[in-house]
Amino acid sequence: MYAYDEIDRTLVNERVSEFRDQVRRRLSGELTEDEFKILRLQNGVYLQLHAYMFRVAIPYGTLATNQLRALAHVARKYDRGYGHFTTRQNIQFNWIKLAELPDALEDLAKVGIHAMQTSGNNMRNVTSDQWAGVAPGEIEDPRIWSELIRQHTTLHPEFSFLPRKFKIAITASDHDRAAIKIHDIGLRLIKNEKGETGFEVLVGGGLGRTPFIAKTIKHFVHGRDILSYIEAILRVYNQYGRRDNIYKARIKILVHELGIEKFSREVEEEWQHIRNSSLQIDDEVIEDIRSRFSYPPYEKLPHMPDELRQAAADPDFEAWRKNSVSPHKNQGYAIVTISLKPIGAPPGDATAEQMDALADLADKYSFGEIRVGHEQNLALPHVAKRHLPALWKALDKLGLATPNVNLITDIIACPGLDYCSLANARSIPIAQELTRRFANHELANLIGRLHINISGCINACGHHHVGHIGILGVEKNGEEVYQITIGGRADENAVLGNLIGPGVKFDEVADVVEDIVEAYLALRERPEELFMDTVKRLGVEPFKERVYATR
Amino acid sequence: MTSPLEQKKIKIAGPSIVTANRTWDGIVVYRTAAKSWSADLSEAAIVRNSDEAKALLAESVADDVGAIGPYIAPVQVGADGKIEPGNLREQIRRTGVTIGQSAQV
Repeated sequence: MYAYDEIDRTLVNERVSEFRDQVRRRLSGELTEDEFKILRLQNGVYLQLHAYMFRVAIPYGTLATNQLRALAHVARKYDRGYGHFTTRQNIQFNWIKLAELPDALEDLAKVGIHAMQTSGNNMRNVTSDQWAGVAPGEIEDPRIWSELIRQHTTLHPEFSFLPRKFKIAITASDHDRAAIKIHDIGLRLIKNEKGETGFEVLVGGGLGRTPFIAKTIKHFVHGRDILSYIEAILRVYNQYGRRDNIYKARIKILVHELGIEKFSREVEEEWQHIRNSSLQIDDEVIEDIRSRFSYPPYEKLPHMPDELRQAAADPDFEAWRKNSVSPHKNQGYAIVTISLKPIGAPPGDATAEQMDALADLADKYSFGEIRVGHEQNLALPHVAKRHLPALWKALDKLGLATPNVNLITDIIACPGLDYCSLANARSIPIAQELTRRFANHELANLIGRLHINISGCINACGHHHVGHIGILGVEKNGEEVYQITIGGRADENAVLGNLIGPGVKFDEVADVVEDIVEAYLALRERPEELFMDTVKRLGVEPFKERVYATR
Repeated sequence: MTSPLEQKKIKIAGPSIVTANRTWDGIVVYRTAAKSWSADLSEAAIVRNSDEAKALLAESVADDVGAIGPYIAPVQVGADGKIEPGNLREQIRRTGVTIGQSAQV
């Protein structure tokens, strides 16, 4: 966990007071909506179909139990008893009243949570690997650098009015769980030949209307220079990024139009002006941040405790363990992913009761820490293996032990037309129907790793472009129509999916996905060949034939 | 959502209303003939041509403290005068999410 200092606490508290005054002036009519809109957006407050929506940041996906309880409290007191975890390590409340928002913010501020820069054309929540600090083979904890960037960019005047929103993600593992290649800046923490910490810097990734996979702009930037290098990128973007056309304003368009070589030359030139300035980071600064992260007092524990050996006789426990429990860097411990994708439920939703109960379980079994991943699931990062059977029983009672992590029912979906004012089509009911179709866990395991991503409009909050199966809802002649892509992925081998053919109607989507899956099962060369491998081997055609032969 | 500014050239194909979200709590509201807002669609003022629509929208935009983001939306008016939303978006705004969220709500 990271402990905020007095400066952070003061900043967050002052922000609450400021926003309280802004809301008061808005409700009294002193501020018009045009004047107020940018202020509310800078505090994570959107207007959606039914109500205001309040987006709260969970920096690099790390939550303490008192923070999770505070989110449960906000869900219960100010909303309708649940929250929705998003694809960028945020949580959203869908029914909040503007008049009560300052109180909700104040309650969150007491535990160091805020909503600053969760919206607007500024630097958004810096995201990272939800297994940071505990993943085997990780180079070092990427959250230290995430926190450095968070501190530097929070309320930074130069980054508060960018041409468009700006998102950074950081990973420090070979396997990218932070989806860095679909971010404006992606940072891959590496060591150089001298053993010094630095980053491969990628730029210009993003989805939405015009998707791009990020390109490497520099193969190694020393850790001490990372702030100045990021700032150089942002300065070039601030100078050349388009402000006349919202659809061409993201940095990915600038990188594409200038070309990565020209863009990198511009950045390099800017960087030379500022790299030896106060932006160069002293080791003491990093060490100070590092010292504010606390790590559990791990014990020396056996790799295979008796409790785990005995529980292995229970097939339900084993199914969950094999699916949801992952290796930890310390022997005797495990990382437990908690699926927020129960069959038939909206992906990523958690009730206040679940959040409270999970906080209790995290106190009991995970040194008081919870993680949030971009796949809209949670994780307990420090569970002693001997506690896994007891934890599983407790999670099962809460409806939080669905053994479907990384399987076909572990669907990423945006809120879609049920909530979102930008959406053209519904996402959640499609996800619900698909989870019902593939509810049989034996079938889901037979299919193996398969990610479905659903977006209700071209803005792609459900990351459909990088779903193994991507589903994009659009509106055509007043009807919801869904375009299906296959072959996308968001990891270290990120690639955009390919369209398989004409869009299909709402009622046909689940049938089409079933057809694609049946085709895959028939076409794969062996059970270990994953869906993505089959698509890579054969391309789109055989799937297209299967889907459209009878339509 | 189409903003009022984008709706300067207003063309309506049938009976329409003006809808928005109430400022203090964000709930869905409809402009009434009494120059007020109501959460009840049956109380919405119906406009049937571009001039009427433009006037109702202008009046709604002017009430910035009462509601935000007003726009014109199509409706269907039955023979008995009953007003129904004219598209799925407005249906969802009126009746709520379609996802059967009994466990959460």
